[in-house]
Amino acid sequence: MKTAANILGDALFATGYEVQDAPRYGAERRGAPMFAYVRAADRTIVERGAIVTPDLVVVADAGLLGIPAAGVMQGASEATWLFVNSTEPAQAIRAQWRYPGQVVSWPAGFTPPAMHNAAATSASCAGAAARMLGVIARETFESALIAQSTGRSAGAIETTRSQGLAAFDAMGGVDRCVPEGGEHPATPPASPDWIELGADDAALAAPDIYAQATSEQARTGLWRSHRPVIDYEHCNRCSWVCSTLCPDSAIRVDEDRTPRIHYDHCKGCMVCVLVCPAHAIRQVSEQAAQAQEIEP
Amino acid sequence: MSRLLMTGNAAAAWGARLAGVEYVPAFPITPQTEIIEMLAGWCERGEMSARLTMYESEHSMVTGAASAAATGVRTFTATSSQGLLYAMEMVFAAPGWRAPFVLVNVSRALASPITLEPDHTDVLAARDSGFIQIHCATCQEVLDSVLIAYRLAEHPRVRLPVLVNQDGFHLSFTREPVDLPEEARVRAFLPPFDAHQAGFRASRPVSQVVAVLGGSPYSYFRYQVHLAQREALDVYDELAAEFAAAFGRHHGAIETYRCDDAEVVFVLIGSLAGQAKQAADRLREAGLKVGVVRPRLLRPYPASALRAALRGKQAVAVVDQNLSMGSGGVLYAELAGALQGCEYMPLLVSFIGGLGGRDIGDAEFFAMANEARDAARRREVPEPRLLYTARELRELRKLQAIAGTGGVQEETR
Ligand code: SF4
Ligand code: SF4
Repeated sequence: MKTAANILGDALFATGYEVQDAPRYGAERRGAPMFAYVRAADRTIVERGAIVTPDLVVVADAGLLGIPAAGVMQGASEATWLFVNSTEPAQAIRAQWRYPGQVVSWPAGFTPPAMHNAAATSASCAGAAARMLGVIARETFESALIAQSTGRSAGAIETTRSQGLAAFDAMGGVDRCVPEGGEHPATPPASPDWIELGADDAALAAPDIYAQATSEQARTGLWRSHRPVIDYEHCNRCSWVCSTLCPDSAIRVDEDRTPRIHYDHCKGCMVCVLVCPAHAIRQVSEQAAQAQEIEP
Repeated sequence: MSRLLMTGNAAAAWGARLAGVEYVPAFPITPQTEIIEMLAGWCERGEMSARLTMYESEHSMVTGAASAAATGVRTFTATSSQGLLYAMEMVFAAPGWRAPFVLVNVSRALASPITLEPDHTDVLAARDSGFIQIHCATCQEVLDSVLIAYRLAEHPRVRLPVLVNQDGFHLSFTREPVDLPEEARVRAFLPPFDAHQAGFRASRPVSQVVAVLGGSPYSYFRYQVHLAQREALDVYDELAAEFAAAFGRHHGAIETYRCDDAEVVFVLIGSLAGQAKQAADRLREAGLKVGVVRPRLLRPYPASALRAALRGKQAVAVVDQNLSMGSGGVLYAELAGALQGCEYMPLLVSFIGGLGGRDIGDAEFFAMANEARDAARRREVPEPRLLYTARELRELRKLQAIAGTGGVQEETR
């Protein structure tokens, strides 16, 4: 999404706007939600950091809508447009998440790139956003796509270019739907509910974890892009190789020596796939595996 | 000159490139890494003739930088947060060598706990080292400050290392339009390093930084660094004027925004100034005359410029994005010291905010300005306030409940 913000930023800057774009993320690990902000204005932009009241929110991973900690809908109001990188009808998304504003998803018949293709996903999300803003010319957007792929292979540049433009063209039905945001509201903001922070007992105030097995609650399985699947016909019940070498202790072995992968905590590192002496563990795309679970 | 979108990190790298640096000792750390990646790429492709060396730690990196500078080589380096702390022994040693080089620090809050986001406790740990400190609020300022910093560092009346500070994320990773000056015009402003008597020449031996000394000669040399810093105040003003004449951008020792008729003034450093300015505009619409004062130079401390800007104001809200444990905000204490004993000075109210990158919203700027004004009317200095809301504490208590309370009873908290 950092790249999507850069593409959009370049295109808006080339169109003549003052621009600011910035990513924001915490610990650098797979699966952690990351954000990027783009501001455009016809005057110098002085504020920075998080955008508190966005005009448009672009969600590349629809799964984030269901994770409250991701805060995707923070600050959204009736005036905030939401684009979701999904082929589900916009109205269904709007109803499911009780979104207060207008929702847009891909039009029927459009196939977005696979999510694990990050570059193509960034390009197509940027294309959708550019078209919804409606102030960026197609050629300007194309140049931005190419500029942001500098240094990559000719094939990769072409994929980015064609995916971005395909998205831009597909979104003709919502051309310029997002109006330019007005100035800030006239009323002064409400007072913050500041408190006086008191001193706590040191045992509580130290950043320590006393409770057992809190990691159970962190579903690190959500970080996975690929899933290991055991083919039990070929597993020779060696009973220890995969379960011992899994760095996340996500494989347990039953009494009868059958290994079981705990998918809530398997991060998809594929170590087990490499080490299984019987070659009994397959690597499959997580997206494909999930799609199969939903429509078996 | 061309106007490009670039991050603060790219601006720092361009500053070094345009300054014609010859040596770049490096060690990566988030959020500074992009600076050395860019410089390494340019060096590798021959677009820059500098030598870049990857060290095994920040401690050796700063040793390498100071040593190179002491031999008359224009040197650039960069770090952040824990890296600056790891280098700290040499950060304090280098100014005593009178070694002129530029170090860009990308502010990131310190452990523990760990975070990647910015506050200024890292760079303020280097406050008393003898490094000159320039604090930036925009990506343009990062680039321009690196250029000015070399003139300042290498000035014969100064000859000290300069630390140029930018905030992680809010500048380091944020792209915005930056004017990239032409190399020829930069060279006219910043000619190659003339090391004067520093540096090594054939048949002119010199032993730098000699011996263990007793208190009396020690006092002399230490105080000379202090005096060189005081000289740097005047030299800085001259350089800022020269830079403005050459490039049309004036970066004073302090920046003032809508201060002339202000009743309440925010004092803060770094990129938070943007939000403060926006809040000042809105507060004025709401009927309170608010201004912003932002020291760019923190060492040497521009006390008289601050006194001049604040004389006659009713109240100052000092927003410290740092915390000196057991005392409070560093900017607040320093400003109180600078205004002490002077007439017509405003009442100072201390706020601690933005630690570890916590956002400070418009609502909080409004409330700070109002609290400062009310305090001035009551003529009562309130207790320092941490910007922290009931909602934040509720969220924290939820996390603590998951983590377990270490035997602390519910009712005691
Ligand atoms: S993919 Fe990695 S984390 Fe998942 S079960 Fe295999 S070894 Fe463990
Ligand atoms: S390593 Fe392979 S053979 Fe051994 S238990 Fe695991 S899946 Fe079965």
